[in-house]
Amino acid sequence: MEYKVPTVAELKAQGKDPEIIFWVGCAGSFDDRVKAVTVAFVKILNHLQVNFAVLGTEEACTGDPAKRAGNEFLFQMQAMANIEVLNGYGIKKIVTACPHCFNTLKNEYPELGGNYEVIHHSQLLQQFINEGKIKMTEGGEFKGKKITYHDSCYLGRANNVYEAPRKVLETLDADLVEMKRCKTTGLCCGAGGAQMFKEPEKGNKDINIERTEEALATGAKIIAAACPFCMTMLSDAVKNKEQEHEVKVYDLAELIAQSKGL
Amino acid sequence: MHVVAQIIFIVLLSAAGAGIYLSISRIRKNILLGRDEDRSDNKMARIKNMLLMALGQKKMFKKPLPAILHFFVYAGFLIVNIEMLEIVIDGIFGTHRIFAPYLGSFYPVVINIFEFLALTVIIACVVFLIRRNIAHVKRFSGTEMTKWPLLDANLILGMEILLMIAFLKMNAMDQVLQAMGSEHYLPTGTFYISSMLTGFYASFYEEFLVFAERACWWFHIIGVMFFANYVFFNSKHLHIFMAFINTYYAKLTPAGKFTNMPEVTKEVKLMLNLPVEETATDAAPGRFGAKDVKDLTWKNLLDAYSCTECGRCTQQCPANITGKKLSPRKIMMDTRDRLEEVGKNIKQHGADYDDGKSLLGTYISEEELLACTTCNACVEACPVTIDPVSIIMQLRRFKLMEESQAPASWNSMLSNIENNMAPWKFSPADRFNWADKLKG
Repeated sequence: MEYKVPTVAELKAQGKDPEIIFWVGCAGSFDDRVKAVTVAFVKILNHLQVNFAVLGTEEACTGDPAKRAGNEFLFQMQAMANIEVLNGYGIKKIVTACPHCFNTLKNEYPELGGNYEVIHHSQLLQQFINEGKIKMTEGGEFKGKKITYHDSCYLGRANNVYEAPRKVLETLDADLVEMKRCKTTGLCCGAGGAQMFKEPEKGNKDINIERTEEALATGAKIIAAACPFCMTMLSDAVKNKEQEHEVKVYDLAELIAQSKGL
Repeated sequence: MHVVAQIIFIVLLSAAGAGIYLSISRIRKNILLGRDEDRSDNKMARIKNMLLMALGQKKMFKKPLPAILHFFVYAGFLIVNIEMLEIVIDGIFGTHRIFAPYLGSFYPVVINIFEFLALTVIIACVVFLIRRNIAHVKRFSGTEMTKWPLLDANLILGMEILLMIAFLKMNAMDQVLQAMGSEHYLPTGTFYISSMLTGFYASFYEEFLVFAERACWWFHIIGVMFFANYVFFNSKHLHIFMAFINTYYAKLTPAGKFTNMPEVTKEVKLMLNLPVEETATDAAPGRFGAKDVKDLTWKNLLDAYSCTECGRCTQQCPANITGKKLSPRKIMMDTRDRLEEVGKNIKQHGADYDDGKSLLGTYISEEELLACTTCNACVEACPVTIDPVSIIMQLRRFKLMEESQAPASWNSMLSNIENNMAPWKFSPADRFNWADKLKG
């Protein structure tokens, strides 16, 4: 199948409007591992014939890491520039696979003039499931396999999205096991608050190791993530534990795409 | 004699009231040192939060055992204190158990409920003392749990036990005196829990019992007055009062939504040649972010006074769990201690006095701030909706925007965003390259 990734500019030039734009995010654009998530999600959007577009090179960092590090000035510079682009195109609805972009676009842009309906890709996938567009894969490759889901802080506690990712995983017909600390008490992967971009402070353990040990203790061979930073942190820790051949970290979109043979 | 006792009582009661009043006005003044923040919206949602979190203790029930014990102490203490109404009237007018004749056979029912609750308060407080001092439950320790916070907690539990014991002993002796037919001690019906103690007192002389019963009565009422003053003067136990106010003013927006500094918005708009609304307040900000308690909002300061140092936040903090210096409880305790210090300074030396100290630096170190992942686990864990992340973020802003201090790797991340529109050093022109394979 040939996949299309139209940009908003291209559609506009043809006099068309996308129903929704896919905000790829910096990790989804540049990080080799996370690019696979972006591709998987685009395949799903194509497969379901969603009228979507991306901003392509017109997209820029939302400013989240700058804001969390304490540089409000740089954050607002980024935000204003992005809002100019989005409003210029009259964008109404945004989906993103990054909970940090999701949180920032949804919660922190409106006051600066950027008002959009913003959803996380887990929510869009849940919507497809509810509409019957994505059906349960019975007896597929994940049937009966243990999968544990790691809650992203910026999806879970920050925005109360706990059910959508779990509903998505349910369609895999897998054996969903919870870690001891999950949902509202889920443990951070260690990357939030711009920690992704610096070494941790002195301590007796790295947070991603602590979290991954908990994930491994469930016996699951697949750790499901819904955030590019969680993905990186957990993958690193799985490698650190020398489990990378037995245990894989996948994004929800990758699991769905895989189960549908995309 | 009675008149003297009445006068003493009224004097003590007035002094206790005045003491509490002074403490409350001190705390109020200190909280109002904070920056303005509008939390007057959505009153219905706020009342609902208060009823659920403070009255209903919803978040406490994440830990069922402490929640049930705490509920007994809370309900017990609240309800037993209805008895205070009778005690106060008796004290002022020199009467004895003034409600008994009016309530008739209902009076012993009420007192029996109080006695049952008093017993549960004692049991719960004993269990709490064991958890703190013998079982050494981990969240009650930590670097910030120095001598005074630990002693404060034990003192409160001890006082609660003593007050309840005095209440039960008073009732027991009252019943013995009733049986003796002593003057003033009119029959009230049986108080079941305290009547278990009557065997012990039955052999004493009437005069001694009258004296001891009065002593317990005075101990109980003076104890309560002292306790109330203790709580308001300088104790973590202030949460019994602050929990209601703090949950009312809790953040209603998603936990992930951090404030956008409006003073920055104007600057940014000017830089980008965007129209600036003239309605925006033109007053120049004192400083970006927060260095000291006065730079924080009044809600942050209210949070600090609402903290009862239970440690649920620190127990959930990923940085703390993995041995980093950061402890959200310490952030709150430091904020409160510094605010008390600033308040004292203002009282003694005037509003402009600078003692050379500040919340950031003297109390909270950069290392603590940098360790926060802003994961909101502490916020979620707090039974009274305290938000340590808000304080941490404002202190980070000061570090970064006023002092231009950040770890080198953050500086490169920031300059990457500024120059390449991404936190990593990639060319913005390559941003869409991921799609090349797909488009094939």
